[in-house]
Amino acid sequence: MQRFLNDPDDIVDETVAGFVRAHSDLVRLDPENARVVVSQFAPKEGRVGIVTGGGSGHEPAFIGYTGKNMVDAVAVGELFSSPTAKSFQDAIKAADGGAGVAVLYGNYAGDNMNVKMAAKKAKKDGIEVATVVANDDVCSAPADEREKRRGVAGEILMWKIGGAKAATGASLEEVIAAAQKAIDNCRSVGVGLGPCTLPAVGHPNFQIEPGKMEVGIGHHGEPGTRVEDLKTANEVADDMTEIVLDDHNLPEGTEVAVLISGLGATPINELYVLYDRVAAQIEARGLKVYKALVGNYFTSLEMVGASLTIMALDDELKPLLDAETACPGF
Amino acid sequence: MSKIDNAYLLSFFKLAADRLEARRQELCSLDGEIGDGDHGTSMANGFAAIDARLREVPADTATPALLLREAASAFIGEVGATVGPLYATALLQGAALLEDGPLERDRLGDLLAQFAAGIGMRGQAQPGDKTMLDAWVPATQAARNAAAGGASAREVAEAAAAAARKGADTTASMVASRGRAARLKERSLGHPDPGAVSAALIIGAFAEIEEDPA
Repeated sequence: MQRFLNDPDDIVDETVAGFVRAHSDLVRLDPENARVVVSQFAPKEGRVGIVTGGGSGHEPAFIGYTGKNMVDAVAVGELFSSPTAKSFQDAIKAADGGAGVAVLYGNYAGDNMNVKMAAKKAKKDGIEVATVVANDDVCSAPADEREKRRGVAGEILMWKIGGAKAATGASLEEVIAAAQKAIDNCRSVGVGLGPCTLPAVGHPNFQIEPGKMEVGIGHHGEPGTRVEDLKTANEVADDMTEIVLDDHNLPEGTEVAVLISGLGATPINELYVLYDRVAAQIEARGLKVYKALVGNYFTSLEMVGASLTIMALDDELKPLLDAETACPGF
Repeated sequence: MSKIDNAYLLSFFKLAADRLEARRQELCSLDGEIGDGDHGTSMANGFAAIDARLREVPADTATPALLLREAASAFIGEVGATVGPLYATALLQGAALLEDGPLERDRLGDLLAQFAAGIGMRGQAQPGDKTMLDAWVPATQAARNAAAGGASAREVAEAAAAAARKGADTTASMVASRGRAARLKERSLGHPDPGAVSAALIIGAFAEIEEDPA
């Protein structure tokens, strides 16, 4: 694949530079740390700060969800690589409005360690820190080992709910509880049709043979549960819906939010093809789609494929999901 | 130079940074097989940051423990991923050992043990999990065994380096159960762990110092 590239080693810095320049009404660079993107609306005195962070290459995640009533500060890592503990620490500092900071991030070894080190240092600086670790990726571990599952696109809904809750003036404990509920109510699955390449490596770090697809693939090409022949869009949509809802076990009549994200190189129109069938399947199971998001929300460089996230809603989550938000990612 | 002192540590980090830089691409490729392809970048940039930081520490205020704490801070400021916190914790554990001043050079095994303990504590991995510990732990044991047998400082460091290289090679026959490669399970077989390979390069720098005492 041909790329728009200068020096591959500069790609993250150049991405962040372009991003803050393009969205200067919503975001700014932390003057202390060029790997921390801060909302123009943060910190807010007396409000709980929302922080996240993760490797680059997932744009618009993570930086794209910085903004009003969303994430207050994002730690930016190298491509597919956790940010430094220092960047998480600086992001916590930038988001702190005196009411504590909620770090809402995904379950990956590096992020776990770096957030833990950052939180310890921030606490020493007198900032109250609490965390929620997203683990919505169904195929990354069995249901009885949910704590081992990776965090994927459900993180976006977790940030939305956490940010909206913080905007109501809720306490750190309440914000954490809402974000935890949001991610507990999310289940996701990814299907990969083609691999991606880290520009500095120059070749794909995993393969998907032509005519095959990988069901349950992770956001960095972590292998899925099965490799099988590529099926029609409707059959793939059926499989994805089944994997997610079988793990979810929702009572009939439950209202849900549905998020279908492309993984980078899949055309948006194909995502709508998937959505049409997914929504029909959801309704056939007696559930109701309250809100749908279809587009490139959480990508993996130029991976071909899509992820499906379904979040069960209730009377607390619905208004938070609907709350006004301004960020580049939505 | 008879001790693990300021000069020794400065030479060590410089050498380790050079060796990692020389193998940057190879480590990235190894990582590309079973991980996310950034290991060479992380390690080369991280040790270069340590080397640069330590050059700025005024000689009159430097102590071995302070140098290792500065090294940890430089590394954690440069490197995220998993290796950032793992090596930062290792270096901080090393600093704790050197708090009382320079160490006899044949006690290298004690310093390696501190590094290994820090890595183990932070990453919660065990030997055999196909991680950098599979180089650090055998190197520690080899250095301590050599020292107990009355080996010279040079022999101690060489024993550590040889054990680390062997340990790194052995990871090719292991199935990963930690880190991103863990998700590959059997598919990680046949590929050495890049973290163990870079650990062997770092430990090799201790032996190289002994070859050519500054």
